[in-house]
Amino acid sequence: MKDQIQGKVYVLGDNVDTDQIIPAQYLTFNPMNPEEVKMYGKYALSGVPPDQGGLPKGHIPFHSADEFISDFQIIIGGKNFGCGSSREHAPIALKEAGITLVVAESYARIFYRNSVNGGYLTPVESDERLIDRICTGDEVFIDLNENILRNEKTKETFSLKSLGEVALIIKAGGIFPYVEQMGMENEVS
Amino acid sequence: MAAMTMTEQILARHAQKDYVKPGENIWVNIDVLMTHDVCGPGTIGIFKQEFGPQAKVWDKEKVVIIPDHYIFTEDKLANRNVDILRSFAQEQNLPYFYDVGSDRYKGVCHIALPEEGHTRPGEILLGTDSHTCTAGAFGEFASGIGNTDAGFVMGTGKLWLKVPPTMRFVFTGNLPSYLMAKDLILSVIGDIGCDGATYRAMEFVGDAVFALNIEERMTLCNMVIEAGGKNGIIPPDALTLDYVKRRNTSGKSFEPVYPQNGATVMMEKVYDVSKLEPVIARPHSPDNRANVSQIKGEKLDRAYIGSCTGGKLTDFRAAAAILENRQVRIDTFVVPATTEVAKGLKTEKIGSRSLEEIFLAAGAKIGQASCAACLGGPMDTFGRLNAPLRCISTTNRNFPGRMGHKQAQVFLASPLTVAASAVKGEISDPRDFVI
Repeated sequence: MKDQIQGKVYVLGDNVDTDQIIPAQYLTFNPMNPEEVKMYGKYALSGVPPDQGGLPKGHIPFHSADEFISDFQIIIGGKNFGCGSSREHAPIALKEAGITLVVAESYARIFYRNSVNGGYLTPVESDERLIDRICTGDEVFIDLNENILRNEKTKETFSLKSLGEVALIIKAGGIFPYVEQMGMENEVS
Repeated sequence: MAAMTMTEQILARHAQKDYVKPGENIWVNIDVLMTHDVCGPGTIGIFKQEFGPQAKVWDKEKVVIIPDHYIFTEDKLANRNVDILRSFAQEQNLPYFYDVGSDRYKGVCHIALPEEGHTRPGEILLGTDSHTCTAGAFGEFASGIGNTDAGFVMGTGKLWLKVPPTMRFVFTGNLPSYLMAKDLILSVIGDIGCDGATYRAMEFVGDAVFALNIEERMTLCNMVIEAGGKNGIIPPDALTLDYVKRRNTSGKSFEPVYPQNGATVMMEKVYDVSKLEPVIARPHSPDNRANVSQIKGEKLDRAYIGSCTGGKLTDFRAAAAILENRQVRIDTFVVPATTEVAKGLKTEKIGSRSLEEIFLAAGAKIGQASCAACLGGPMDTFGRLNAPLRCISTTNRNFPGRMGHKQAQVFLASPLTVAASAVKGEISDPRDFVI
């Protein structure tokens, strides 16, 4: 995890569920196969209804149908980002498409956990609703030490919530490297 | 010692602690890990990558593999994924692999787990599927996880969990014949919203809950994830213990937990079920609730009765009560959750006719036990919405594209409401039928 990230944002709405992030018909690709996993980048966000993709206006594709990686590096989302299924293919798809960080008002639990424990991307919560304040295509700068997001286009700065204790897992690269470094606290049995 | 909720008691015991409180991160021992054909290959891949190609699962009696999602399809990758499960089960000598094409094949994992005796009060069940929460109906902690967590559990038998605070829902009164557990949980989700229980446990108590049969209790817990819940839980009673003991073929002992007086819950909400109406979730979110009476008459193209939520024998009994001696006006798909439910369609009767005969005579199509079109799946999946149709369904989610086509519109309702709507070809109130 980098503490400072700059990139172009793709803005989505509320309740972006895992079927929108990666539709179920593509879940047959084995994410542990290095060739097949690339397909998750290709189909990432392919389930988002066109008018909800690339807000505020919508109808901005995340990438073209034959591309595997998007021009956008950061997603700005609303409430309950990643709700629905437990499919880890959802954060995998975003990572494969080149997304390193999501800023949302809130997350669904399993998506958040998969993102962190699998070490795929950094899910950050914003203090306020950003999807009405930032436009798809804007360049933003994010500092996770200062917990701020600055819109380089408008020069507006917004505060982010601290990652808290999960920052340690994200920094380690996921639950496996984290446990290797730290051991299992409160070792049971 | 301060009192704890059921969820807290189970988590504390599995962390070998006397007391835990909401917000604490703890390492717990896992009793059962379940995976299936969609998340199994990724889980196995992570397990092998992290623990080595020769690694053995932590306890082969505790790993249950149930292929159920993409089964009756020509899709080569889907079939390949079942092959990955099969060779892993052989290599690890797993006793609980319910293989496709064998006598052991079951179908939908969340219904297969209790049928095959893998759910016991007081235990922790984790599964690579968000509807793993269904098993909370047996008084256990059951929750969905991803491939990485499942790979971790496969190798260590442990996982860190954050102790959730509990929201308590009390259902009282007599449930009218036109309502089912689906109406109760859709009412709750409509009230608290599809993120209303995020990171929380949802506990269901009250005389109306204990009046439900086991399958209906499963429906209640099944959809807590649609409110963002971490787990749903119902205290075990004589009915639960009888069901579990009859099915617990391994003979594994278990220790139930019960609500403690004075345990802290973050909120309590009471419902008088006798005053509720049939409820429907409109497109495109399970919390987009309306009373059926508000939107009845809206035209439909298709009806679907199936899935872990609405494909159990109780669901089909209810649907058959309406479809008996009637004809469907729209394409109607019937998909039993498991092979045991499929057998029940042949043996259960209303009058002299089996449920299967009633469905076929009504003009419905019957598919094979699996998840089928609940989540769309490969293009050749039975019942999949391959066009922008309007479908009423007993399933659990109606997000855009969930059942296939991105522009399709899915309405979620009880089997009674879905069957009534199939007969009229439009959204219909089961109270307009004699049941």
